[in-house]
Amino acid sequence: MKYLDEFSDPVLARRLFAEIQRITTQKWAVMEVCGGQTHAIIRNGIDQLLPNEVELIHGPGCPVCVTPLGMIDKALEIASQADVIFCSFGDMLRVPGSARDLFGVKSRGGDVRVVYSPLDAVALAEANPHKQVVFFAIGFETTAPANAMAVYLAKERGLKNFTVLVSHVLVPPAIEAIVRSPTSRVDGFLAAGHVCSVMGTWQYGPLVAKYRVPIVVTGFEPLDVLQGIRQVVIQLENGRAELENAYERVVSERGNQPAQAMVSKVFDVCDRQWRGIGEISGSGWCLSDDYREFDAEARFDVVHVDAPESDICRSGEVLQGLIKPNECAAFGQQCSPRTPLGATMVSSEGACAAYYQYRRLSGTPVGV
Amino acid sequence: MCLAVPGQIVEVRLERGTPMATIDFDGIRKEICLAYLPEMQVGDYAIVHVGFAISKVDENAAKETLKMFRQLGTLQRELDASGDPAQ
Amino acid sequence: MGTSPPDFSGWTCPIPLRDYDRIVLGHGGGGQLSAELVEHMFIRAFGSGEELRDSAVLAPPPGRLAFSTDSYVVRPLFFPGGSIGDLAVNGTVNDLAMSGAQPLGLSCGFILEEGLEMAVLGRVVDEMAEAARMAGTTVVTGDTKVVNKGAADQLFINTAGIGLVPEGIDVRPDRATPGDILIISGDIGVHGIAVLSQREGIEFGTGVESDSASLNGLVAEMLRVCPDIHVLRDPTRGGVAASLCEIASAARVGISYTDSLLPVPGEVAAACSFLGLDPMTIANEGKLIAIVPPQAAEEVLAVMRAHPDGTGAVVIGSITENHPGVVVAKTAFGATRVVDLPLGEVLPRIC
Repeated sequence: MKYLDEFSDPVLARRLFAEIQRITTQKWAVMEVCGGQTHAIIRNGIDQLLPNEVELIHGPGCPVCVTPLGMIDKALEIASQADVIFCSFGDMLRVPGSARDLFGVKSRGGDVRVVYSPLDAVALAEANPHKQVVFFAIGFETTAPANAMAVYLAKERGLKNFTVLVSHVLVPPAIEAIVRSPTSRVDGFLAAGHVCSVMGTWQYGPLVAKYRVPIVVTGFEPLDVLQGIRQVVIQLENGRAELENAYERVVSERGNQPAQAMVSKVFDVCDRQWRGIGEISGSGWCLSDDYREFDAEARFDVVHVDAPESDICRSGEVLQGLIKPNECAAFGQQCSPRTPLGATMVSSEGACAAYYQYRRLSGTPVGV
Repeated sequence: MCLAVPGQIVEVRLERGTPMATIDFDGIRKEICLAYLPEMQVGDYAIVHVGFAISKVDENAAKETLKMFRQLGTLQRELDASGDPAQ
Repeated sequence: MGTSPPDFSGWTCPIPLRDYDRIVLGHGGGGQLSAELVEHMFIRAFGSGEELRDSAVLAPPPGRLAFSTDSYVVRPLFFPGGSIGDLAVNGTVNDLAMSGAQPLGLSCGFILEEGLEMAVLGRVVDEMAEAARMAGTTVVTGDTKVVNKGAADQLFINTAGIGLVPEGIDVRPDRATPGDILIISGDIGVHGIAVLSQREGIEFGTGVESDSASLNGLVAEMLRVCPDIHVLRDPTRGGVAASLCEIASAARVGISYTDSLLPVPGEVAAACSFLGLDPMTIANEGKLIAIVPPQAAEEVLAVMRAHPDGTGAVVIGSITENHPGVVVAKTAFGATRVVDLPLGEVLPRIC
């Protein structure tokens, strides 16, 4: 595909690897914030081909994996109710709550539907006026404009049977939480290019200035990821800490203004729990007062539903590169790709899940 | 993260007041919402996420980046060839 | 073959005696209505000239028998390039072929939902008959049950098949041996993408058509030049990734393949890109994986490419004694990746 294949060229990739090798003189820990970048790294084996000095730490950038247990339980509770059509992006269906996942609810008669776009959920509400249609509005800043539009159109069209269960998360507060942690090992960040395509790059300038940490806005094809790593390493090797954009074909400084306007109309900033990590202040979006009537938590009376996160899961420390996955007592025991506890095992490309697969390859018994 | 891929706009229209488009991903056609990029025209490439165009792809910037990749190491190789130490 | 949307314009109901344009409970009741359905629907299409008996009686030549069954519940019933009807025949014929067997006959059980349009059933039955003809076999026995409206979704089909494994042929997953060559018979992922393009909530426009086909002809050619083929597998649900994981596990060998050698058509790659899917996990219905001794690989590949169902055959990897039980992909950059057994349902991702 145009704009994808050119940015996966193995010949150019070799040049980028060679360049990174050439400029690297000491150890650096670089966090790719976004799960899409982790995907490109694992899929192509980029981490195996970087110089040993450059360590990649997989960040928390998967909204599916970081959705807190309590929120999944709310979703399961709503989806179990009669006369509800519960709509979700496909990857949310397998994420386990305390007792089961959305597939489990479906098997017990819940009407759970996979949609490609939140507008599909709005259309379902219009087509099923006697049902309550609930959309599980998860995502980072990239997904928020789409989810906001669904709510906006539902109001415009006077839909009384459409609500959203909102679990939006924001990238800059997560980066700040990681960089502020006294034990943080991260020397530089690859910021999430598609988040920035909506929000612009301007949000990251203050973080760079305040914490003197390089942040490079990075795309998702293998060459994009390599270029992001290269720019971070160049900065680190030269003692610089700047905000740079390595994804200029898609990301501008100001971002998508109409999308930002819609998001600030429909959503307000709130505190948010991250699965396995804990609460990060100001790291989420919830419905604004004008759109509170579309809040599924209120309509289905699940505000009180909550679930304690696992007390043995250490995915927060894994996420920050503080411990290796196998240093967690639950790894390979209570926690596996089939029975994940924290975000890093929920995602097939999370640090714990990737480590689990790697151990299979090296012949090490996973549970040891 | 957010799975978003570039596609080419092949048709634009208004649906109940909302700008919509048909987008082509290398032979796959999908209906998407153009509300956040209403200035997009047929032939343009947009990054699409969950049925929404969120960013126009800047062709010149893409070319520049690829050009830079192709030139990577060229200077270094020339310097190496001339026996001049790199730094 | 099915087209989408299904076109019933040229089809006329073959049941002249009673004017039902829909299935009623009585069609499964064993009485006159059942008999009429058998006579005018099934025998018309499947052409059994024998008298109606409770079972078909086959007289197999000497050799070992392969026996397989599968149920078909695909939605929608008709999709680009195929239908539940030809899948129900091809799937079972292929399951037999993956043991090196040629079919002696198929059984067919229908579960019909009350109210199903007779024309829909007629089209499905016709496509089954055509698929059986293409595979060189026949439906020799069958059964029909009708359930109350709502107790089934339109129609379900179960087929079973008995096939003959020629002397000297021993094809099974646990024969994969280090050093063997891994061949795939052509483009992957097209069936799954064709079906997905019609699924509610995901619909997209595409020219991709299902590859639904019977592979017993191709297998016969392959076995003719190499009776010692070790493994054959049709990578249906779970795609090539699931098949390879199962073989690696069964034979306790490592399997290694190269990403860049995988035959993935552009439209399949594009659909997988925007839905966040891996073509290796997408279902195929007219492709096979062959694991053959290295000295035979070239000749097998040549006959595959000369056969209409194997024109796109390529070598994608090999069997290794390293990492037993694990499938490893070599990436375009020369690194490696562990390939895991897909969990289940193919779901579009946003991240």
